Amino acid sequence: MNRGLRFGIGSWGLAVYAILGFVLLLTPIVYTIAFSFNDSVKTNIVWRGFTFENWTTICTVENGAVCEAFATSILVGVVATLAATALGTAIAIALARYRLRFRSAATLLIFLPMATPEVVLGAGLAAQFLTAGVPKGVLTIILAHTMFCISFVVVTVRARVSSLDPALEEAGRDLYASPGQVWWRITFPLLLPGIVAAALLSFALSFDDFIITNFNAGAASTFPKYVYTAAARGIPAQANVIATAVFLLAIALVIGSQLYSAARRKRLARTS
Amino acid sequence: MAFGAFGSAPGTPAVADAAPGRKSPVALLLLLPGVAYLALFFVVPFVSLIVTSVKAPDPFGEIGRYVYAFRWENYAEVLATYWPHIGRSFGFAIAATIIALLIGYPIAYFIGVKLRRFPLLQALALVLVIAPFFISFLLRTFAWKQILADEGPVLGVLQSMTILPDDARLTGTAGAVIFGIAYNFIPFMTLPIYTSLERLDLRYVEAGGDLYASPVTTFFTVTLPLSMPGVVSGTLLTFIPAAGDYINASSDFLGAPDTAMIGNVIEANFLRVENYPVAASLSIILMGAILLLVGLYIRRAGTKDLV
Repeated sequence: MNRGLRFGIGSWGLAVYAILGFVLLLTPIVYTIAFSFNDSVKTNIVWRGFTFENWTTICTVENGAVCEAFATSILVGVVATLAATALGTAIAIALARYRLRFRSAATLLIFLPMATPEVVLGAGLAAQFLTAGVPKGVLTIILAHTMFCISFVVVTVRARVSSLDPALEEAGRDLYASPGQVWWRITFPLLLPGIVAAALLSFALSFDDFIITNFNAGAASTFPKYVYTAAARGIPAQANVIATAVFLLAIALVIGSQLYSAARRKRLARTS
Repeated sequence: MAFGAFGSAPGTPAVADAAPGRKSPVALLLLLPGVAYLALFFVVPFVSLIVTSVKAPDPFGEIGRYVYAFRWENYAEVLATYWPHIGRSFGFAIAATIIALLIGYPIAYFIGVKLRRFPLLQALALVLVIAPFFISFLLRTFAWKQILADEGPVLGVLQSMTILPDDARLTGTAGAVIFGIAYNFIPFMTLPIYTSLERLDLRYVEAGGDLYASPVTTFFTVTLPLSMPGVVSGTLLTFIPAAGDYINASSDFLGAPDTAMIGNVIEANFLRVENYPVAASLSIILMGAILLLVGLYIRRAGTKDLV
C-alpha cells in the first residue's frame, strides 16, 4: 500500500519533469516561429506586433541574400544526398552481405568521421583544399557534405540489409531471375525504406551543417552560414520564415510517415 | 526518420549481419567507390592537417604563407598559449554532457517505459524530442540568446525573485554557453537511451521490488546498468561534438571573448588570421584529447561493442 503510493508520487514527479523537459525543448522553436510573424523594422529582437509581411518578402530583403543562401543549401543538400546515398548504400550492402578481408578496417573508416568533431573535419578538408590549390565554393561544400553523410547512410542502410531475409532473393534466383531482376524486383524495393530514411537523414544533416561548411565555403553562403554572419548585425525575420517553413514541412513529413506505417501495420495485422 | 540512425548508433549492439558468408568480387566493386571517397576526403585531409600543423612561417615574412618543415615546437607554443581554451572546451563539454544526461535520461525513461502502453502518445513524444533537429541549429541558439538577454523575460523574473542580483547577466557567461550546448544535444542524448529503455524487460524491475529493494536501489542496480549502452552512446554523441562546438561560445551567440573554446580559436586562426599551423595543431590536439578521453571512458563503462 505504502509502496504503491510512493510509486504514484514518483510517476507523477517523472511525468512533470518530462513535461518540463518538453517545454524546454520547444521553447526556442516556438520563439523562432513566433518571430517569423514579428512586425520587425531592422532587427528582429523586440516584439512589435503580428504580420504576415515577412512571409512574402523572403526573396526581396537584403537584395535576396536570404533567398540565395537558402537556394544554395537546397542545391548542396540534394547533390550531397544523392552522392552519399549511392556510395553509402553500396558500402552497406557489401559489408552486410559479403565476406571481406578488410571488413574491420572498412568499418573503422566509416565509424571515424562520425566520431570526429566537425571543426577537425572542416579544418582538415580546408587544409587539403588549400594545399591542393582548389578554390573554395559551392563545389567544395558539396564534396565536404558528401563525406560526412556517407557514414550515416551506411549505418542506416546496413541495419535494413541485415534484417532482410536472404531466402527471398534465393527464391528469385530459383525461379530463374537474372541478377539484375533480383536486384530491381526484390532487393531494391525491400531496401527502399532504409535508403529513403538514409537520404532524408543526409539531407537534414547537410541542410543544417554550419561548422564544416564555414571552413570550406569561401565566398559562397548556405542558409546556416548566412545566419551566422547575420547574427553579428541582426538576423532578419525572413530567416525565421525559412526556418519555420522547413520545420513545419519536416514535422508534417515525420508525422505523416508515422501515421502511414501505423496504418500499414494495422492493415497487415488484419490480412494475416 | 532519424530514429533508424540512432537506433543503430555506435554503442547499441550491432544488428547481426545476415549470412556474411559469400566471397565475391562484387563486394569489392561495391565497397571501393565509397571507401576511396572517404580515403580522399577524410584520411588525406587528416594527413594534410598533420603536415600543416608542423609548418613554419614563410622565411620572407609573407602573411598567410607557410613552408613545409618539421616544426614540432608549434605544439608546445600552442599548448602554452591556448591551454585555457583547451581546458574550457573539455570543462564545458563535460558539464554540458552531465546536464544533458540529467535532462535526457528521465525524458527517455518516461517515453520508453511509462508511455509504453500508449503507442500514439509515445510516437508523439518522440517527435517532440527530435523536433529541435528540424529548426536551424543557429536560429535556436540565437533564440536562447534573445530569451536570456539582458532585456529578456528570464533574467527579469530571476531578478525580481531576487535569485540573481540586479547587475547580473545571463548571456556572455560560461553558464549560458554550457546551457546552450546541453540544450542543443539533449536529443542526441535522449534517443539512444530511449532505444535501450524501450527494450527493457520490466519484469527485472518488478523482481527488484519483490526482493524488497527500494525504487532507488532497483534503479541503480537494475534499470541503469541495463540502459548503459544507451547512456554510453548518448554521452559520446553529446560530448564529442560539444568539445568541438564554437557556435554557443561565440560572442554573437551565448558567449563572450572570455568563454572562447578551442573551436573558436581554430576558426579564428584558420579563417581570419590565416595562421594555419596554429589551427591545424589545435585540431590535432583536440582530436587526440577526445580519442584519449573517449578510450578511457569506454574502458570504464565496460562497453566493448562500440566499433
